[in-house]
Amino acid sequence: MSTFTYLDHAATTPMRAEAVQAMLPYLSEQFANPSGSHRFARGARAAIDEARDLVADIIGCAPGEVIFTSGGTESDNTAILGTVARRGGTAICPAAEHHAVLASVEQVHGAVVPVTTTGAVDLDALTAVLKATADVSVVSVMAVNNEVGSVNVLAAVAAVVREFAPSAVLHTDAVQAPCWLDLRTLTPYVDMLSLSAHKFGGPKGVGVLVAKSGAAFTPMVIGGGQERERRSGTQNVPGIIALAGALRLTDLERADEQVRLSALRDRLVDSLIEALPGVHETVPRDQKVAGSAHVCIEGIENEALLFLLDEAGVCASAASACASGAMEPSHVLAAMGVSRDLAFGALRLTLGRATVEADVDHGIEAVVSAVRRLRKVTL
Amino acid sequence: MALSGGVDSSVAAAELLAEGHEVVGITMRLWGGESDTGCCSVADVDDARRVAQQLGIDHLVFNFTDDFHEHVVEPYVQAHRDGITPNPCIECNRHLKFHRLSERADLLGFDAVATGHHARIVERDGVRYVARGHDPAKDQSYVVHMLPQRELARTLFPIGHLTKADVRERATALGLRTASKPDSQDVCFISSTGGRTQFLGTRIPFRTARVVDAVDGALLGEAEALEMVTLGQRRGIGLPGGGPKRYVVDIDHEAAVVRVGDESMLSVSTMTVGQTAWAHQPVTGEVLVQCSAHGDAQAAVIELVGDSVEVRWSAPQRRVAPGQSVVFYDPTDSYVLGGGIAR
Repeated sequence: MSTFTYLDHAATTPMRAEAVQAMLPYLSEQFANPSGSHRFARGARAAIDEARDLVADIIGCAPGEVIFTSGGTESDNTAILGTVARRGGTAICPAAEHHAVLASVEQVHGAVVPVTTTGAVDLDALTAVLKATADVSVVSVMAVNNEVGSVNVLAAVAAVVREFAPSAVLHTDAVQAPCWLDLRTLTPYVDMLSLSAHKFGGPKGVGVLVAKSGAAFTPMVIGGGQERERRSGTQNVPGIIALAGALRLTDLERADEQVRLSALRDRLVDSLIEALPGVHETVPRDQKVAGSAHVCIEGIENEALLFLLDEAGVCASAASACASGAMEPSHVLAAMGVSRDLAFGALRLTLGRATVEADVDHGIEAVVSAVRRLRKVTL
Repeated sequence: MALSGGVDSSVAAAELLAEGHEVVGITMRLWGGESDTGCCSVADVDDARRVAQQLGIDHLVFNFTDDFHEHVVEPYVQAHRDGITPNPCIECNRHLKFHRLSERADLLGFDAVATGHHARIVERDGVRYVARGHDPAKDQSYVVHMLPQRELARTLFPIGHLTKADVRERATALGLRTASKPDSQDVCFISSTGGRTQFLGTRIPFRTARVVDAVDGALLGEAEALEMVTLGQRRGIGLPGGGPKRYVVDIDHEAAVVRVGDESMLSVSTMTVGQTAWAHQPVTGEVLVQCSAHGDAQAAVIELVGDSVEVRWSAPQRRVAPGQSVVFYDPTDSYVLGGGIAR
C-alpha cells in the first residue's frame, strides 16, 4: 500500500514534530529525576515548572491546580474515585461518557443519567437525579463526546449542578476538547478537568488533571509525594515537556484549524449522504465539534466495512473495541436511542491537523465503494 | 483462516502460507459471558494475534456474540428445557464457522475459509465430501459433517492430513507459541467451576423428577433436576450406591418421571434421525453410523421416511439420547454422506 489516509484522529493524532523535538533532550542528556537536589535535577524541575505554567495558562487555571498524570484514564479515575474516597457520597455521570468515567462511577455505585438524541446530557434528567440524591459528591460530564463528537454546554451543566448540588465537585473529561474548544472557556465552570496529550499531538502516556482548590480528593497513586502529594511517582519529564509544547501549538492554531477542518468535514459527510442512500448523520453539525464525522449507514456491518476500508488504505473506526479487539456495540449510540441494527452500521471518521483535501476525497471514494459492494452482496 | 489461538489452527495457517495462499487470520468472538475454559478469552485472542504476527499475516477479530447467542446458546438452553441433549459445538460449526464466517468472508472477497479441524475434503465422481482426518484419535469429521456442496467448495482443512503429533512437531519447528498448548475440551461457554448445572440453573427452572424402576414402576428416588438427566446416564440421578448397575432408559419429560433399568433395556434395533443435512443428496442403503464425536461407526441400513431417516442397525445398539448428532459415513468409513439429529 503506497498511500494511506488516516481518518481516526479522535483515537489518536500524530505527534507534532515540535513536540518530538522538545522531548528528545529529556530522553538523553537531560535525564535527571526532577525530585533530586543536584543541578541536573534542578534543570528537569525547571522544565516541568515552565511546562506547568504554560499548560495552566492555556487551560485557564493556576499552575498549582495542574497535576500531571499518565493520561486521560488516570485523570478521570482519580477525579471520580479520589473524590468519592475523600468525601463519600454519590458520583453521577451521563450514559454517554467514556468508559474511564463510566466504569469509575459504576464502581462506586453511582448514578448514570440519560442523554438526549445528540449524546449530550439530558439536563432535565440530571436535575431530577440531583434533586433526588442527597449526598452528591461528584458530577462528571464530558466536554466533547469521543465517539459522536457532540458538545456538552458546561455552563448549562454547571448552572444545574450549582443550584441543586452546591457542594458537589463538577468534573469534565475534556480529553477530546483541546483541538476544538478554547479550554479557557470551559475551566471557569468546573472544579476538575482531564486531558490526554496524545489527542492533541503529544505523546501517549501523559495527561493532566486539573483540581481547583475546592476539589480535594484522595490520591490514587501514592508514594513519593510528587505533584504536591496528589500524584506520586517520578514525573514523565519528556512527556510533560512534549505535552506542553503540543498544547501551546494546538491553542495557537485552533481557530484556523476549526474553519479549515469543518469545511472538509462538511464535504466528507455531504458527499457520503449524496452518494449513498441510507446514510444518517448521527449528530447535527451545530452541536458537535468540527473534526467529527459520525454517520450510521443502513444495511451494512461496520466490522466488514472497516476491513474493506483498511484494504483501501483508509484508517477509520466504529465504536470502542473490547480487550480482545472485537468491535463492541456502542454504549453511546445505545444511550442516544439509536437502534441496534443501525448502530451496527456506525462509522466514525475523525479529522485532524494532518488531514488534507486529498484525504477526504480518498475517504469518500473508499467508503462509497465499500458500502456499495457490501450492499450488493447482502441484497 | 479461523484462528482460535490453539495449536491446530496455528499450524493450519502456516500450512496455508507454505502452500502459497494469501492468508488473513480471523478470531471470532462468540461468547460474551463469563468463561474459565479459555475459549474466547482475551488470552486466546492474544495467542491468535501473536501467532499471526509471527507468521506475518493480518489478524482481525470479528464479534459474532449476537449470532452465537441466538444460534447456539439459546437453543442449547431451550433444548435442555425440552428434555433434549444437544451438541452445541456442532451447532456452532453449522451456524457460526460455516455460515456466519463464510458469509462474511464472501462479502469481503475471500475465496475460501480455512479451519484447523482434523478433517479432509475428498472428491468422488465430481461430488465433494467431508472425509475423516488422518489421525483416527483426533478425527473431527463428525463435528463438521453438515457441510453442503456450496460450503465444501470454499472450505479448507489444512491440517486434515496430519496427525496431532505432526501438528505439534510442526508448531515446535516453527517456534509457534501455541506448540504445547493443551487441547480445548469443554463447551466454551460453560465454566469448568460451575459446570452445566450452574449454567442451566440460572437460566431455566429445574424440575424435580421421580426416579422409578422401568419394569415394575417402583419409586426408587428423586432426581433434583429433570433437565440435567440424559438417556443412558448412570450416576447423579439420586439413586443409592451399590446394587446392580442401573441406567436411565426412558425420560417422560411431561410427567417428570425418569425410568431406570439394566443396560439391555437401552438396546435398540432402530433409530429415527431428523433435521438431516446431506453432503450432496439423500442417501439410502448400507452405511456406517456414528453417534458421538469419538464413538465407533456401526453398520446400519438407512431409508428415508418423509423428511427423516430411519436407521436399522445391523446389530442392536445402545439408544442415542435425543438431540445428539448422528452422522452417516460411506461403507468404507472414510467420508461423510450426511447426518442429522437423533429423535
